Amino acid sequence: MIVAQAGQPLIRWPWIGDHLDLILAALVQHLVMTFITVAIGFVLSMILAVIALRFRVSFTPINAVTGVMYAIPSLALFILLTPITGLTTLTALIALISYTLQILFRSIVAGIDGVPDAVVESARGMGFTPNRRLLRIELPLALPVIMSGLRIATVTTVGLVPIAGLLGADQGGLGQLIFDGLNRFFNTPLLVGAALTVALAVTLDLLLVALQRALTPWARRGQAATT
Amino acid sequence: MIRLEHVSKTFPGTSAPAVGDLSLDVPEGQIAVFIGPSGCGKSTTLRMINRLIDPTSGTITVDGRNIMDTPPHELRLGMGYVIQQVGLFPHRTIAQNIATVPELIGWPRARITEQVDRLMDLVGLDAELGGRYPSELSGGQQQRVGVARALAADPPVLLMDEPFGAVDPIVRARLQDELIDLQRRLRKTIVFVTHDIDEAIRLGDQMAVLNVGGVVEQYGPPVEVLARPANRFVEEFLGAERGLKRLSLIDVRSTELDPGPVVAPDCTVTEARRVMAEQASDWVAVVADGHLQGWIADASLDGQTSLTSIEVQPFLVTLRPDSTLREAIDTLVGSPTRVAVVLDEQDRYQGVLDVGRIGGGLEP
Repeated sequence: MIVAQAGQPLIRWPWIGDHLDLILAALVQHLVMTFITVAIGFVLSMILAVIALRFRVSFTPINAVTGVMYAIPSLALFILLTPITGLTTLTALIALISYTLQILFRSIVAGIDGVPDAVVESARGMGFTPNRRLLRIELPLALPVIMSGLRIATVTTVGLVPIAGLLGADQGGLGQLIFDGLNRFFNTPLLVGAALTVALAVTLDLLLVALQRALTPWARRGQAATT
Repeated sequence: MIRLEHVSKTFPGTSAPAVGDLSLDVPEGQIAVFIGPSGCGKSTTLRMINRLIDPTSGTITVDGRNIMDTPPHELRLGMGYVIQQVGLFPHRTIAQNIATVPELIGWPRARITEQVDRLMDLVGLDAELGGRYPSELSGGQQQRVGVARALAADPPVLLMDEPFGAVDPIVRARLQDELIDLQRRLRKTIVFVTHDIDEAIRLGDQMAVLNVGGVVEQYGPPVEVLARPANRFVEEFLGAERGLKRLSLIDVRSTELDPGPVVAPDCTVTEARRVMAEQASDWVAVVADGHLQGWIADASLDGQTSLTSIEVQPFLVTLRPDSTLREAIDTLVGSPTRVAVVLDEQDRYQGVLDVGRIGGGLEP
């Protein structure tokens, strides 16, 4: 797609200088869209996971529905939603959030299921109520698995936000720069948008890794988990 | 006191009960050991006491209160619980693990800190381990933390489900000693599940031998169960060396000692020979002012007139009043004089034990 046009350099640096506020606004929007998507997706997934863990029979249907949502191509979902909710931020958010549910739901359930039986047994035997056990014992211990789900969901969302811009809606974040470049056969905004999208994904991933390490100091000490 | 009355448990989807019509009392301040083959319902019974499993029928009372009248989590706060896999919380430090129940109950911070220090000392854990995570501790240390955590809020009842089953024999023996020592000071009402007969005999004030289906074949103090097994099942379960196992429960002080052939260091050979003849022995013990010097064999008296010129052989192993008769057997088997010598705490000579006297200790 990046085609060196005759008489046109690959990048026109002055354009970047002249449009810094545009680029910054797109970056901020990208970040905000990602944050809102992952935050709402995480809360919804947590609710679904708690339901699935309390009532085991509900796991299969919840998993199936979120699985279908994950399987629908994002572009198709944007187009399907447009007649209902219009070309709005809401449309974009619904599509983006529905995409994260499967990843987050499954990682939360897997994380909590992975807590050793002996730990759950001793917590029960010591007098934890089910809610307290979830908050104080099971969620903290599920954190490494949940955080890896969160990283995948975040990076995926960063990659999907630009698709929202494809619809012509103005919530595509850095996607606006990319499609602007494509439409005008103008490489500079396209490259800037693409490079910043990659940089954003990598940065957020690294931040989440750092957050996980800070939250789970116990996971790095000693060799084996308690048996 | 914990009282189980006609308690039964049938799990859904099974026809045979895991526990059927079980009744027994665990006296206050004693250790009751549940022992039996796998499938005998010993763990199920234990877990019914803190309502991890609810009985199908029957009642369980603790200090006269029906356990079904208290919500499970509140009931459990008042009962320490120790399991084989320990189940320490890997994301919490040792000190935080021990603090679990006091925190759940809502003790003030300062009191919790003080209690954690006290308990770590009580179970023999170095204070510097408090900041470590469970994965940084050995198996034996982890189980000590498990016991400290169960004792943290000073519950009157302690439930222990094969707590020492996963550690090696040396560590297990040490943990058993420590539990006996702890119990001497704390006097908790303890229900202890094990499949190790020696552990049961060692720890139990009472011992319940369970058969498949949660049937109590015999319940009583280990000495009595060993002396009079109720039936073939109990007899077979107790296994070989039942007599030796009984001897390990009886103190030397509870048997009558033989004064033995004793002479003073300055006595004559004639006198020594007379004492030996009286006692039908071929050796004589030399005792000065109540303190044992050693022994002299008949053969070394030949050609001597006084004992002072004869070298006295030391007794290599001696017993104390609180030694067990099993140790006495071990001692006399290895002794050239074929007796075990007993000294008191101040090393004063008390007398000797031979096989006949030790056997007498087994008489009911």
